[in-house]
Amino acid sequence: MSSHSDSKVKVITGNEACAEGALAAGLKFYAGYPITPSSEVAEVLSEELPKIGGVFIQMEDEIASMGAIVGASLTGAKSMTATSGPGFSLMQETIGYAAMAEVPCVVVNVMRGGPSTGLPTLPSQGDVMQARWGTHGDHPIIALTPYTVRETFDLTVRAFNLSEQFRTPVILLMDEILGHVNEKVVLPEAHELKIVNRQKPVVTPEEYLPYEHTPSGVSAMANFGEGYRYHVTGLAHDQTGFPTNSSAEIDKLMRRLHRKIDDHLDEIIEVEEYLLEDAEVGLFSYGSSARSSRHAVRMAREAGIKAGLLRPMTLWPFPEREIVKHTAQVKTWIVAEMNLGQIAHEVEWAVRGRVPVTKITRVDGDPISPLDILAKIKEFV
Amino acid sequence: MFNYDYYLRLSKFPLIWCAGCGDGIVLKSLIRAIHKIGLSKDEVCMVSGIGCSSRLPGYVDFNTLHTLHGRALTFATGVKMANPKLHVIVITGDGDATAIGGNHYIHAARRNIDITVILFNNHIYGMTGGQVSPTTPKEKKASTAPFGSFENTFNISGLAQAAGASFVARATVYNAVQLEKLIERAILKKGFSVVEVMSPCPTAYGRRNRLGAGVDMILAQKEDSIPFAKAEKMSPGELDGKIVTGVMVDIERPECREEYQKLIDRFQAK
Repeated sequence: MSSHSDSKVKVITGNEACAEGALAAGLKFYAGYPITPSSEVAEVLSEELPKIGGVFIQMEDEIASMGAIVGASLTGAKSMTATSGPGFSLMQETIGYAAMAEVPCVVVNVMRGGPSTGLPTLPSQGDVMQARWGTHGDHPIIALTPYTVRETFDLTVRAFNLSEQFRTPVILLMDEILGHVNEKVVLPEAHELKIVNRQKPVVTPEEYLPYEHTPSGVSAMANFGEGYRYHVTGLAHDQTGFPTNSSAEIDKLMRRLHRKIDDHLDEIIEVEEYLLEDAEVGLFSYGSSARSSRHAVRMAREAGIKAGLLRPMTLWPFPEREIVKHTAQVKTWIVAEMNLGQIAHEVEWAVRGRVPVTKITRVDGDPISPLDILAKIKEFV
Repeated sequence: MFNYDYYLRLSKFPLIWCAGCGDGIVLKSLIRAIHKIGLSKDEVCMVSGIGCSSRLPGYVDFNTLHTLHGRALTFATGVKMANPKLHVIVITGDGDATAIGGNHYIHAARRNIDITVILFNNHIYGMTGGQVSPTTPKEKKASTAPFGSFENTFNISGLAQAAGASFVARATVYNAVQLEKLIERAILKKGFSVVEVMSPCPTAYGRRNRLGAGVDMILAQKEDSIPFAKAEKMSPGELDGKIVTGVMVDIERPECREEYQKLIDRFQAK
């Protein structure tokens, strides 16, 4: 990365774009543990963070990495870690802590084949449900899925912005293809970027409620060490942050945690509609698989078939309304993904039987070929 | 009369700790040590894991962070690395720090990061009802060792020493004056410092092992305590069942955050 850093035009990998996006978003603290295929994110940041006065630390495992970024974020530092499947599993308990204690942070998962050690050097999209439900208990989550190197940069910035705006952990779901593919990109200048910072308290320390039930659901966040001495816990707590056993307080907390996401779907959910206006065959695809799906749509159009692609950049919360919007028009949905149908089930649930939903699945470490998708499209014509 | 109230969140009282528990003595010793050093409340960050002792930060008026079981040192490492101006004090127990959190304990010591650990050793998992811990002495009973523990135990202080801590000491709640002094020295020490405090649990450990009430257990600490200097001249057999107290390690060693700062400064100078 450094050899190109004086130029706006670069040829970089998705992992490098992720590191660059994080720095552009204001990253000041990275903690991580080596794991293929994500390690380049850490390698780039170990070189770049000390130069800007930020902190890079390689921890003893992924559990420690996740704890460290939550601790650092409480002092005001924008914080991130990056990992892959096995490490993502180890982080789950602390991701739940960050959701409960409302600590902004970004967790990057460059997905590889699983379960277990699985396919360390090969792509997969097998962690999309773990990203949603990996930690225990009812909790909201935001997960973003880029499909190109440039979009990895953009969505990394967005991941930080959303985590700061909503005081919540945000998952960036990449995959091995995206992590390691080299693409030419023109990265934006700093002034072209919209950067969001957490809302700081405007009241005195005496009046400050770190977990206030505000109308938006998001409360102001003070940094440790700046005079607002408050308590942070993973236990169910009241507006002051201290543990409570009051069922009324617990209910308010739990519903507010969800409300702050559910009431802002328009701000959080982003999708791309590609040739979908008149499409009869709708494809739903994300991440690297969306590259194949997009290619298949183009080939189908060349063959005179009205195919289109709905591509979520936000996977969680799930873009149900966007699917429903097009379900009146398409005759079928085809979901291509590198797992056995984890998101296809969500699409089926959104469609509720109005049109058929067909899965194209692959779990052998190879990407889905555009030709396989095209063949499936042709079955509906 | 010392004014503890200034440092306490009295609205959170009463404490959850049982009558006869040693943890309250540690709380008071800790407050006196912080007061003596003269730290402002804003510059102290107290981080804990899960367990009886880990509830302590909820009662004190600092920046307080009650984390996950075993993980206090990971959060504390993030706090200290991101804001080295904060005095980071970790409150943890024997199970929290050396069973589920053992990996973090040795790595924090290896890094010699400037964090002070007050490690409450009560030989048992008190909060969950008295299960066997890595420090339950052999043959002592626990709810998951009904016939007595058959496992060997950890030497918690020895572990910190071997892993590279700059300051390691052991104290008892019986000798609260010594405890306060050791905590003070630990906080003032640049680097990773550990004060292992023997804090009796009459409810979950003493009762099951017929060790008497809280007062009896605290008085027994007086009988069992041996200073390090004296212990060095005793055989392992003579030291069996004894509590070796005082300063075990006090050395100078490069500190993690300061070493990292040198790296930052190198780039700032350019």
